Amino acid sequence: MTTGTTTAPTAPSAAPPQHANRKRTNRLPLILIVPALVLLVAALGYPIGWQVVTSFREYGLLQQFGAPAPFVGLDNYVELVTDPYMWTVVVRSIVFCIVTAVVTVAIGGAMAVLMNALTTWPRVVLQVALLLAWAMPVVAAMTVWIWIVDWRRGLLNWALVRLGVDGAEGHNWLAEPLSFFVVASVIIVWMSVPFVALSIYAGLTQVSTEVLEAAELDGATGIQRLRHIIVPIIAPVLSIVMLLQLIWDLRVFTQIKLLQDAGGVTNETNLLGTYVYQLGTGKGDFGTASAVSILILVLTIALSGYYVRSLMKEDV
Amino acid sequence: MHRSRAKRTLLTTLALVLAFAWAFPVYWMLNSAFLPNVVLQSATPTFLPFGGSFDNLVSVATDGSFGQALTISLIVTITTVVAAIMIAFLGALAISRFRFRGRGSFVLALLLIQMLPAEGLFIAQYKMMSSLGLLNQAIGLAVLYTAAVVPFTIWMLRGFVAGVPADLEEAAMVDGLSRTRAFLKITFPLLAPGLVASAVYAFLQAWNEFTVALVIMTEEQSRTLPLWLRGFVQASASRETDWGQVMAASTLVAVPVIIFFLVVQGRMSSGLVGGAVKG
Repeated sequence: MTTGTTTAPTAPSAAPPQHANRKRTNRLPLILIVPALVLLVAALGYPIGWQVVTSFREYGLLQQFGAPAPFVGLDNYVELVTDPYMWTVVVRSIVFCIVTAVVTVAIGGAMAVLMNALTTWPRVVLQVALLLAWAMPVVAAMTVWIWIVDWRRGLLNWALVRLGVDGAEGHNWLAEPLSFFVVASVIIVWMSVPFVALSIYAGLTQVSTEVLEAAELDGATGIQRLRHIIVPIIAPVLSIVMLLQLIWDLRVFTQIKLLQDAGGVTNETNLLGTYVYQLGTGKGDFGTASAVSILILVLTIALSGYYVRSLMKEDV
Repeated sequence: MHRSRAKRTLLTTLALVLAFAWAFPVYWMLNSAFLPNVVLQSATPTFLPFGGSFDNLVSVATDGSFGQALTISLIVTITTVVAAIMIAFLGALAISRFRFRGRGSFVLALLLIQMLPAEGLFIAQYKMMSSLGLLNQAIGLAVLYTAAVVPFTIWMLRGFVAGVPADLEEAAMVDGLSRTRAFLKITFPLLAPGLVASAVYAFLQAWNEFTVALVIMTEEQSRTLPLWLRGFVQASASRETDWGQVMAASTLVAVPVIIFFLVVQGRMSSGLVGGAVKG
């Protein structure tokens, strides 16, 4: 504890200060990152390694009760690639992810442009509403939405009946896969738009009004100003927000799982996340579940490349 | 002149409609939480909680299972926040104050890890926790949560640490303070906002997390609040869902987080896309 104060005065005379300093900087940072490294290797590195190894093994219910898990090479992967259900889940996940992300960014972007054009008070009202939705814990938000779309007493069916929609009375929106995914998509869009809208709005406020005024004086129309000045300036934000949405929507689990609880047919509504969950905890097939997990990780890392690179540029 | 006013009215109306759409589910949760089930089960919805009461909230809050889940959530969350801040702070110091071999790869690894989805890891994490005997243990979940938030927390704090000039600390040392004291007296107070922002981030992640908790906390008495809410909905569904109670449960989980979030927002949101905005 006290060594710092006792050795400090003698240190400068003992060695050239620069040399001592450099030696110190060499080791100290490594010591500082040790706790983080240990934690990450133990809690994330080890599971990833286990998963890679297990994905090459036969690891089902028998193995969970102590039977040896033989290496089967690429069998799990071959089984997945040749399993039409897996392809259904992959295609479904990708389509769901793209549709939801595009709709989210379109609505969020439109809202950001709107906020930029508003006077102060309506803008603040809109921002507060967005923050409210953003702040809702996912599980709480899902519970409310499930109450809204409830087939018996839900507000949605009541409103549709009032609007004269045939067959809305007592209609269960979660029973059919297509309407299940529409509901899921609407909820996820509702949850994600606040982040997107506020981020893009923050980007828009960076566009200098002087440049815009100058363009207007030079006769640029609204559309031209949007295309040639605003879009290029906010392009980095737009692309990053889009990318984050794609990554996040590819891995949706909580929303799908809770909607399945509320009445969706699991097999017809599985996306990648819920499929792994079903394979692993439901069927106890850890080998195949690991292989699907590896697929999710690889897809995510491939998608993240651009985002990570743009963050690295910031690191000076 | 006249046209621009009409346009402004139109935009304001549009903004209010959108604000209504985004705030409505939150309002609907609160409204339903105050209404007795008899009212909620009637054919026409009740849009204002007149004649409502705190009965649902009180009965849910005093039910033992809520207290139990709250305790577990608090233990897990506090452990995560404290551990994550300490570990991340050291890491942030390392990458913002020093240039060392492997620094680039460390930062790259952090950023990549931060993107890894829980959905791609939970099976292996379940297996690991089960072989360590840490299933259903708050500490096991807290370790996984800490690992999940540390990468982004280091990244977030790095900016704050870099924002405090090292010269300031050196000047204090010239004035006779030891390195430790210079750090505690000068640098640490300047870092407070960064530490608060990181703590908030870690808190929200751990408090709201569902996926990993679902896999790790399999027993009823070790549920965190999100799991408890899901269990509450399921239990209620088995005997004609009592939506008033369910919405009260939802309110208890959501309202503290919403208040917290609204208070501390701003600091948080810029982090994710900050670099992109600055170009």
